[in-house]
Amino acid sequence: MTGDKHQTPLLDELESGPWPSFVTGLKRLRDSGGKQYAAMMNDLLGQLEHSYTNRLGYWKGGTVSVFGYGGGVIPRFSEVADKFPESKEFHTLRVQPPAGYHYTTDMLRQMCDIWEEHGSGLIALHGQSGDIMFQGCKTENVQKAFDAFNEMGLDLGGAGPALRTSMSCVGHARCEMSLYDEVKAHRSVINEFLDEMHRPSFPYKFKYKFSGCPNDCVNAIHRADFAVIGTWRDDMKVNQDEVKAYVESHGRKYTIDHVIAMCPTRALSLNDDDTLEVDNRSCVRCMHCLNVMNKALAPGDDRGATILIGGKRSLKVGDLMGTMVVPFFKLQTDEDYEELVEFARTIMEFFAENALEHERIGETIDRIGLPTFLKGVGIEPDPNMVKHPRTSSYVRTDDFTDEADKYFERKAREEAAE
Amino acid sequence: MTDAQTAKKPRLPDEHGVPDPFPLMHPILKKNYGNWDWHDRPRPGVLHHVAKNGDEIWTVRAGTQRQMDVGTIRKLCDIADTQGEGYVRFTTRSNIEYMVSDFAKVPALISALNAEGFPVGGTGNSVSMISHTQGWLHCDIPGTDASGVVKSLMDMMHHEFTHEEMPNRVRITTSCCQINCGGQGDIAINVQYTKPPKINHDLVANVCERPAVVARCPVAAIRPALVDGKPSLEVDEKKCVCCGACYPPCPPMQINGADSTRIAIWVGGKHSNARSKPTFHKLVVANLPNNAPRWPEVEEVVRKILYAYKDNAKDFERMGEWIDRIGWPRFFELTGLAFTKHHIDTWVGARHNMNMSAHVRF
Repeated sequence: MTGDKHQTPLLDELESGPWPSFVTGLKRLRDSGGKQYAAMMNDLLGQLEHSYTNRLGYWKGGTVSVFGYGGGVIPRFSEVADKFPESKEFHTLRVQPPAGYHYTTDMLRQMCDIWEEHGSGLIALHGQSGDIMFQGCKTENVQKAFDAFNEMGLDLGGAGPALRTSMSCVGHARCEMSLYDEVKAHRSVINEFLDEMHRPSFPYKFKYKFSGCPNDCVNAIHRADFAVIGTWRDDMKVNQDEVKAYVESHGRKYTIDHVIAMCPTRALSLNDDDTLEVDNRSCVRCMHCLNVMNKALAPGDDRGATILIGGKRSLKVGDLMGTMVVPFFKLQTDEDYEELVEFARTIMEFFAENALEHERIGETIDRIGLPTFLKGVGIEPDPNMVKHPRTSSYVRTDDFTDEADKYFERKAREEAAE
Repeated sequence: MTDAQTAKKPRLPDEHGVPDPFPLMHPILKKNYGNWDWHDRPRPGVLHHVAKNGDEIWTVRAGTQRQMDVGTIRKLCDIADTQGEGYVRFTTRSNIEYMVSDFAKVPALISALNAEGFPVGGTGNSVSMISHTQGWLHCDIPGTDASGVVKSLMDMMHHEFTHEEMPNRVRITTSCCQINCGGQGDIAINVQYTKPPKINHDLVANVCERPAVVARCPVAAIRPALVDGKPSLEVDEKKCVCCGACYPPCPPMQINGADSTRIAIWVGGKHSNARSKPTFHKLVVANLPNNAPRWPEVEEVVRKILYAYKDNAKDFERMGEWIDRIGWPRFFELTGLAFTKHHIDTWVGARHNMNMSAHVRF
């Protein structure tokens, strides 16, 4: 920089206060002397100050990609490039992070070195899409930056009407609640369908998220078209000595008010000797008592996942949560994980063939009805799928008896198999 | 090949997909993968996990600004290399976590982070980092700047990040338009447009795929029209709900404006299944000014809501569960906020959100 820094009086106000300041970081890049991005970051700061002054954004999209891929780069061209020419192109590379967001410092430093050479030096860890966001790249440098990231083992994420970058919680790596191998599920599913990520051809976006238990730390039910939430089928494990120790240290009233009474299905009872009684058939695996009495209670051993389909944000029919489609998907053997991949394939094929343009799968289900969707993907109805049975009498039920017969036959088959 | 030939034939990508985290994982995490037993929190910002075989790991969690310059990331790495063990991970809310095998390393690690300005906290019943969007820094349709709103609010809530004094965890989100990429939150701070789009009819025909824009409108308020002899679009302003959905596919339908882009605050969203089922957040205030660079009016309302919750909720009640217990009349009373006709849902299925009972709180 040669002394012609943009004045940024409004942004400067975001440098005070105890929380780390992104503005200070942007200025550090601007003031980095001989770095190739210094001038770009000066104009970037100038444009951002211009936004703060006028309360408007000044980026527009376009088309930028890397050789061999259709998606993964978010193009940004400035609408005020006449005032801020050095940051007229400020594209983002969305890069898939390691499952569970684990990094060594060596890897982070390598990412920084590459982004210093080809980009702006600004990295978001991480974006709402789950990606590492390498923000700020000139069109001519996008391929070079990608090649360098790709050579260190990284790959672009999703953008547009495509399979999107996924997220998984810390899970097995450091959590006693984790009920399936999140890394294995995440990598098995996503890596099988990379073509759908890199060459967008879906009606609209399709997102997976993997949470190891119903605490759902990666927000799968709200935010994923396909949410995989760990659960278990057998009884929870109770260490009665630890229950007694909890009651001893926290008090009986506190335990009753904050553990027993907060059970959503009244499945818990504190015995007179301060041991815990659990009605496991009524327990809905909400996790509250396990979270609170962490040493005393643990999930059972018959483990797998609950799968919910159709979560999304506002556009266009309003927010949808995922709804239960598979109450229990066993995830213990390699074959179980292969079946998960095949189930994912079935759902995505249904989506690709039946969704309208710009329609998320939750909207498709709303449009056609859950029974039609279930039939399309080969799943039998289950009372776990509903809050309660229908309340509207306007339905044609002339094949009800046949359907009931099928239900009893299925139940008999399932019992015989167990 | 000559340089020119090389330049003509770019390399084909290696489709690595999701990187394998095992080579990047702390050895104790890798060794005990799937075999953890319990955990506790020795102090705010520190987790202590114990494996079934007795192995232990301590995690120190610190807040970051999410949009980081390479200098900040290298500083975080230096701390990991000198005071930690070289292994870190990030949470979904952009906090960094340092894993160490010895509790004796924790105090120096915390000091090093604090000395560089990184607050240690975000665990247990704290206010964690706000999950947020891009805003004016990088989005093509933003109504505000996410990073600035977040910086202002996290400055205000710094004590609540570094302490665990809330009834339960508080998860806050911000979004720069009504699409709400920031997601659901106990408190959500989202742009809410208040005026229909202003259309630049000279540009529509060249820039917008008109049928796609018509199809995008959730209330069928957009129709094709000839304006000054040019094919364009017009908006039925009585129907328009000012959602901004037409703006991304058709930038000449400008939805943002210095006065019409306002901020709304929502409460009671919850991702977890613990106790109650997951919930969406609900509108409590709209029409706050989009007052860069510090959004003081927004900060004031968030403060009121946060401390009404802190002072009145019982242990383990999330924001929405607290309101379920005390009722919405009491919520509006405790926060000093107004209840208006705009709080009464009018969207599809709205009637299910009404009180279909004689239950009243007095």
